[in-house]
Amino acid sequence: MRKLTRLAPLALVAALALTSCSAPAASDEAVTADSAASISYAIWDENQVPALEANIAAFNEIYPNIEVKIDITPWAQYFTKLQTQASGDTLPDVFWMNGPNFQLYAANDQLEPMTNVIDDGSVDPANYVEVLNDLYSYDDVQYGMPKDFDTVALWYNQAILTEAGVATPDDTWTWDDFHTAAKTVSDNLADQGIYGVATGLTGGQEGYYNTILQAGGSILSDDGTTSGYDDPKTIRGLQFWADLIADGSSPNLQQLSDTPHNAWFTSSKTAFFWSGTWSVAELAAASNTLDLNVAPLPQDEKQATVIHGLANVVSANSANKGAAQAFQAYLGSEEAQTLQAEMGAANPAFIGAGQAFLDSVDHFDLQVFIDEADNYAYPFPVSKDTAAWTSIENELLPQAFSGARTVEDVADELATRMNEALAAE
Amino acid sequence: MTLRTGSTTEESRAPAAVPPVRPAPKKKQKNFDGYWPWLFVLPTLLGVLGFYIWPIIQTGYLSFTETGPFGGEEFIGLDNYQTMLADGNVGQALINTLVYTVIVLAGIPIALLMANLVNQPGLKFASFYRVLFFMPYIAMPTAVALVWRMIYNGDFGILNWLLSLVGIDGPYWTSTPGFAIVSVGIVGMWASLGFGIIILGAALKNISPEYYEAAQLDGATKWKQFTAITVPLVTPSLFFVTIISVINGFQLFDLLYAIMGQYNPALVQSQSLVYIFYNQAFIQNDKGYAAAIGMLILVVIGIVTFFQFRMQKKWVNYV
Repeated sequence: MRKLTRLAPLALVAALALTSCSAPAASDEAVTADSAASISYAIWDENQVPALEANIAAFNEIYPNIEVKIDITPWAQYFTKLQTQASGDTLPDVFWMNGPNFQLYAANDQLEPMTNVIDDGSVDPANYVEVLNDLYSYDDVQYGMPKDFDTVALWYNQAILTEAGVATPDDTWTWDDFHTAAKTVSDNLADQGIYGVATGLTGGQEGYYNTILQAGGSILSDDGTTSGYDDPKTIRGLQFWADLIADGSSPNLQQLSDTPHNAWFTSSKTAFFWSGTWSVAELAAASNTLDLNVAPLPQDEKQATVIHGLANVVSANSANKGAAQAFQAYLGSEEAQTLQAEMGAANPAFIGAGQAFLDSVDHFDLQVFIDEADNYAYPFPVSKDTAAWTSIENELLPQAFSGARTVEDVADELATRMNEALAAE
Repeated sequence: MTLRTGSTTEESRAPAAVPPVRPAPKKKQKNFDGYWPWLFVLPTLLGVLGFYIWPIIQTGYLSFTETGPFGGEEFIGLDNYQTMLADGNVGQALINTLVYTVIVLAGIPIALLMANLVNQPGLKFASFYRVLFFMPYIAMPTAVALVWRMIYNGDFGILNWLLSLVGIDGPYWTSTPGFAIVSVGIVGMWASLGFGIIILGAALKNISPEYYEAAQLDGATKWKQFTAITVPLVTPSLFFVTIISVINGFQLFDLLYAIMGQYNPALVQSQSLVYIFYNQAFIQNDKGYAAAIGMLILVVIGIVTFFQFRMQKKWVNYV
């Protein structure tokens, strides 16, 4: 009995702590400069932390009492962790989202719509690259604040091209021009083990999604319900890569597995490299960086590149929704995105804020990426359960690229299984 | 003998004098030691129940459901198991896992020979060798895998360079179906040698030197001593190492994941059971199907271990 009475005050404290914990949940009303809150911000790229901390410092000049804590999880575990948090209703207040995962979260009511911040005028979607607004909208409701964007272009090594006697690529290049150039490099410099081109073929963003679009094909129908892999034009886009590997213009899949595509290029073992905006930092730091530059992708039926970008989203279950949305809106402002570009963190989604990004590396012609986005960028294909069919791509397409089966045969099976996966969504 | 006769007569007399139920409760009372022992094992028991038994029950339940991406499940009976039986990748993964386990098991005789060498009386730097052999076992599998990835590299790796010196054109070790799982198995064997050497080395030290002296007097060769004295006397430790190696072998994941890499064209043909489990649970978010594969792994390990315990009577000597 005596023990119990001694414990009673403790219980009282515990009860008080519990009630005070649940109190902020009611803070759904408008945020003012005096609002106090603590919110978490989950990201995966450590390189961007200095720029984001600068953003938070500027945000705190407007809202001095809203504390933002950055929570970094490495890319490999980011979405595994996020999914676990979502299952346990403990999502961070604000977090990074990508295209392939967006619809899964939006469709399952995990994200807070941006309707109110757009209606009250604190965010104007017209300021952002349009495909990104579309990418982060579900059933015509926008959930994601576009943060940055990436397009894919043709990186080349001028020193190797000169040595092999190949012209510098420009915006008039067709697939044939490119293939001939790559083959010439492989043939002329075979004694040094140098190949024409190395590109990532696990996942289509760097390579085959672009060529499929250039050939006039599609990966996914516009309404996201059927596969485009049974379209002869899509098959033509895949055949492009199988041909490059078959005649030795590119290392084969086994060589690309043992030594990743970017390592071939940064070690001056290939002349060409199809890759996106995200490679700028890596290639600027490479030992052969002064030999490198970038040109538009070659064209087939038309010019095309996929465009993708990240967005900042707010959890639907956030206890401090007002503060979280204020921070989300601030991260989309011209001021915040210009700062990110100046610090070389990302190519901003805010139209016109990209100049600082262009100036970040003098010897790269980065305007190419912006021009592509303005003129012929196509949205990254996503559906409600993107991972279900991208894993089928990764399982089947290596058989086509390695020549083990014909491209038509593999594409046919891929279309069938992808349609089954889409029907199951 | 007299004692026994005495007790029998007492027993035979007892039923007549007292009701027959009596001896039973008496025995029970004797075996019950109060609640204190339970209190002492409680911390461990709670851990085992909370972190092993309960998750196994949960996994068993999940394997009969279809799970939503953010939790919430729907009972679907045996559907996941039917999918599993029809899934060719699971069969292939089972074969791959067995191949890997057999390769790792092949390392045990090597470990015994090496433990024997390291334990030779009067060997200089014996502890240095022991540390050296044990290092791979305590190194992080990912770090080990990255080093071996470089060794196995088809174009620039040291292994193919060495082979080229003797005129052999080496394959792409980690990305050729068939070669890949064997390559991973060799790393697994190499990495677990140290464990076997330490355990078997300890067993060797417990063998009395007198056996060897006697054998020597009888004119037994070193090899004869090894096969007739050393091997039989370390069989309990050999049994232990075998059990652990088989269980570890069936749980192959991190080495495979790190050595194969994400761009590997041979990945589909080289998956292990746990790799498929990981892929289904965390990449494809199909936790129900993943749970069914988890149950398969549990059952397979259970069956194999059961037979190992049955077989041990035939070859393990407990002195």
